[in-house]
Amino acid sequence: MQNQEQINQLKNTVQDLLDEAKKQGATAAEAGLSQDNGLSVSVRLGEVETLEYHCDQGLGVTVYFGQRKGSASTTDLSPASIKETVSAACSIARFTSEDAFSGLPEQQLLATEFPDLELYHPWDINADKAIALATECEDAARSFHPEISNSEGASVNSHQGIRVMGNSLGFLQGYAATRHSLSCSVLAQRGDSMQRDYWYSVARNALHLESAVAIGNKAAERTLRRLEGRSLSTRQCPVLYCAETASGLLGSFIGAISGGNLYRKSSFLLDALGSQVFPEFVRIHEQPHLKAALGSAAYDGEGVATKPRDIVTGGILQGYVLGTYSARKLGMQSTGNAGGVHNLTIDPGTLDFDGMLKELNTGLLVTELMGQGVNMVTGDYSRGAAGFWVENGQIQYPVEEITIAGNLKDMLKNIVAVGNDVDYRGNIRTGSILVEQLSIAGE
Amino acid sequence: MTDLLNLARQAVLTPSGLQDGDIEKIMNCLLSASVDDADIYFQSSHSESWVMEGGIIKEGSHSIEQGAGVRAVSGEKTGFAYSDRIELPVLLEAAGNVKAIVRHGQQAQMGMIKSAKWPRYYPIVNPLPSLATLQKIDLLKTVDSETRKLDPRIEEVIVSLSGTYENILVANQDGSLSADVRPLVRMNVSVIVEENGRREQGSMGGGGRSDYNYFIEQDRALNYGKEAVRQALVNLGAGEAPAGNMTVVLGPGWPGILLHEAIGHGLEGDFNRKGTSAFSGRVGERVASDLCTVVDDGTLPGRRGSLSIDDEGTPTEQTILIENGILKGYMQDKLNARLMGVKSTGNGRRESYAHLPMPRMTNTYMLPGQHDPEEIIKSVKKGLYAKNFAGGQVDITSGKFVFSASEAYLIEDGKITRPVKGATLIGNGPDVLTKVSMVGNDLELDSGVGTCGKDGQSVPVGVGQPTLKIDGLTVGGTSV
Repeated sequence: MQNQEQINQLKNTVQDLLDEAKKQGATAAEAGLSQDNGLSVSVRLGEVETLEYHCDQGLGVTVYFGQRKGSASTTDLSPASIKETVSAACSIARFTSEDAFSGLPEQQLLATEFPDLELYHPWDINADKAIALATECEDAARSFHPEISNSEGASVNSHQGIRVMGNSLGFLQGYAATRHSLSCSVLAQRGDSMQRDYWYSVARNALHLESAVAIGNKAAERTLRRLEGRSLSTRQCPVLYCAETASGLLGSFIGAISGGNLYRKSSFLLDALGSQVFPEFVRIHEQPHLKAALGSAAYDGEGVATKPRDIVTGGILQGYVLGTYSARKLGMQSTGNAGGVHNLTIDPGTLDFDGMLKELNTGLLVTELMGQGVNMVTGDYSRGAAGFWVENGQIQYPVEEITIAGNLKDMLKNIVAVGNDVDYRGNIRTGSILVEQLSIAGE
Repeated sequence: MTDLLNLARQAVLTPSGLQDGDIEKIMNCLLSASVDDADIYFQSSHSESWVMEGGIIKEGSHSIEQGAGVRAVSGEKTGFAYSDRIELPVLLEAAGNVKAIVRHGQQAQMGMIKSAKWPRYYPIVNPLPSLATLQKIDLLKTVDSETRKLDPRIEEVIVSLSGTYENILVANQDGSLSADVRPLVRMNVSVIVEENGRREQGSMGGGGRSDYNYFIEQDRALNYGKEAVRQALVNLGAGEAPAGNMTVVLGPGWPGILLHEAIGHGLEGDFNRKGTSAFSGRVGERVASDLCTVVDDGTLPGRRGSLSIDDEGTPTEQTILIENGILKGYMQDKLNARLMGVKSTGNGRRESYAHLPMPRMTNTYMLPGQHDPEEIIKSVKKGLYAKNFAGGQVDITSGKFVFSASEAYLIEDGKITRPVKGATLIGNGPDVLTKVSMVGNDLELDSGVGTCGKDGQSVPVGVGQPTLKIDGLTVGGTSV
């Protein structure tokens, strides 16, 4: 396989980096290297808008002199540049402080098994085929309904890359991965009301992408349903987060149990380990070894083995999300999460989306969130939102220019149900989530 | 200017052994198709960052980013390729790929290579060696220890310092060669305070197109620490924020992020050429009260959002967006300007050689008005005074925008009474400035912290405004 040859070549470069670090006096070192290339095309109003060829590479190295650390990176992979990059990292390590918690992961935590996670599925697509596919997608959206008035276009992206990492404990691994996507965004107009929405599909394997027509239709449908949105009066009511917005809610939870925020004491879930954070029916777990999934990895950003594990069982927090440094600061062990979680999954309930609407009964369905508005330290939450007002389980009208606010600690505890309408397009897999009560501010 | 060009040549071409003749070869390859615009963008950028946390110098890093992007534009079509290897065969191949998008036409030749002239708004300086490493460490340590002394409730202080030295060289098909040397420095202090089990944070920073001495001058670095602590302590005493529609007074300076989100993005040329912005086709119409004049200005000396030339080689300018409430024009790059029959306003920006340029803001601010800020507060019976903000976001099509207050107070009977927790404010871009009923005489620009994201590309920007009174904005608190 041509890939294996390239991986081996890059492994040699990483080994050269590690050797150079040793030569320059480092007591330990870690290095990573990536090479990516890809093609993006976008088509707007039936004409090609952009054709882009991507080609990126980069290397990074971290050296340790005892407990002092320095890092450097470059986009230039030439031997001369490798030497300079290592020496830049070494000269920084002369000025950083001794930090008792710094250093490479414990040897016994490093991954030793490297199953084929089936992440590499090259797509035999050239510019012409990609243009044809994007055109088909945009055409479907534009011809969906006469009120579809304009377009931001459809685009096809195909990327493949290789990542190699190694450290002076003898870890040296690499893998190839692909990522393909097809997306479409259109506008609709009715009187003075102009709206825009989009839909996309993303997968490791292009065969797993939704069809161009389905994506176009969905983009159009989602845009049309937003027309003539209105604000709501200020009130309190239950809120149903659709699957796409629900993943943001879980993302905030993960932020709060991440090592960096915990040891800095800037989390609203300090010392929450072993306590009830969610209602009893909630289970949240990581599935790092799923085949061909977007968040799969055999090892984390430091080479530590990833493993399937429960983060929340019976609503009780079972573990944090830690890399080596934050784990040591907390007197714990790395959980294999340097660089983040892997296919974080909240177990779906029994209700589909319509069932969740019925469960909501009367309240707000949130389909879009705007702005940051999340205070990790206190859990205070206030974000711009758009969606639909729902009565008796039926969507009544689109809603916009409102905010929803609460405190995340309460919001997580007050989850009423999780749907089985799971969105698989990201690293966080969740269905829609119903939260008991939030403050809505509007006109 | 020749000096500047030679400097840029030395920084981006010499290491790879590329000559002016090679630029002509690449350009002529692009010009063998029928193009309206073609450019080659060379970039070399050196950055470093230092972080002090927990009372120790915890991290330092250095990075080098260099490469070239090759672009051909015909009508509304753009072909683009880039490489981090600045080598003739690689760039010729890139040129061959991108021109495939364009129909074949007459073979053209690049014009004679010539250097353009334009004013500069920041010094030609490499900030990285402007302080010796030990001096940088000392600066971090001093800020850390002085900040910790300010209050016993301080639990943690994080101080960061970063700098970038960037050289760019843009070659256009007419033969013009433009270069820029772009220093940029940034410093930040964030603190966590605790009292009776309640924790809050505060954060303050600044910077600009200068060197590290900027932070020592006028005790700026120490003042960031003082301001971060002040904010955190205010938030310790903050109550529930109100919810609903009310009069909002925005403080001067960084709250100008309102202008950036509510109207700035909606006035970028690409959205308006395509007719996807809530402001499309509205030049000449009233979009704000007659108290409002808003400009985008890349020419402010040393500001974070300033540029001498944009990333297409066009000199920047002060562009009037709204004058006395009337929409005057949009911010343009070359492609959108050509398609709309106007000239580029010098707003064509890109994150790096690996990204396509598009219309972006530089420093966006509102000109001062007549009112004393105290008079403005006095005029409000019940409302919110928002002094400081975190980020914001806009949907340019529906016009809805949000921005999140990080320091806010209730106004009751013309007086600022008590602090309330941060809350998101939401409004409608085309309406919000029509509700501006008072404009202060206290124009301030932000301290140099803004980064704007669009289509996945980040660029440094500035904002500013005087104190503003808006009659009716939705405040997203919890106190219904």
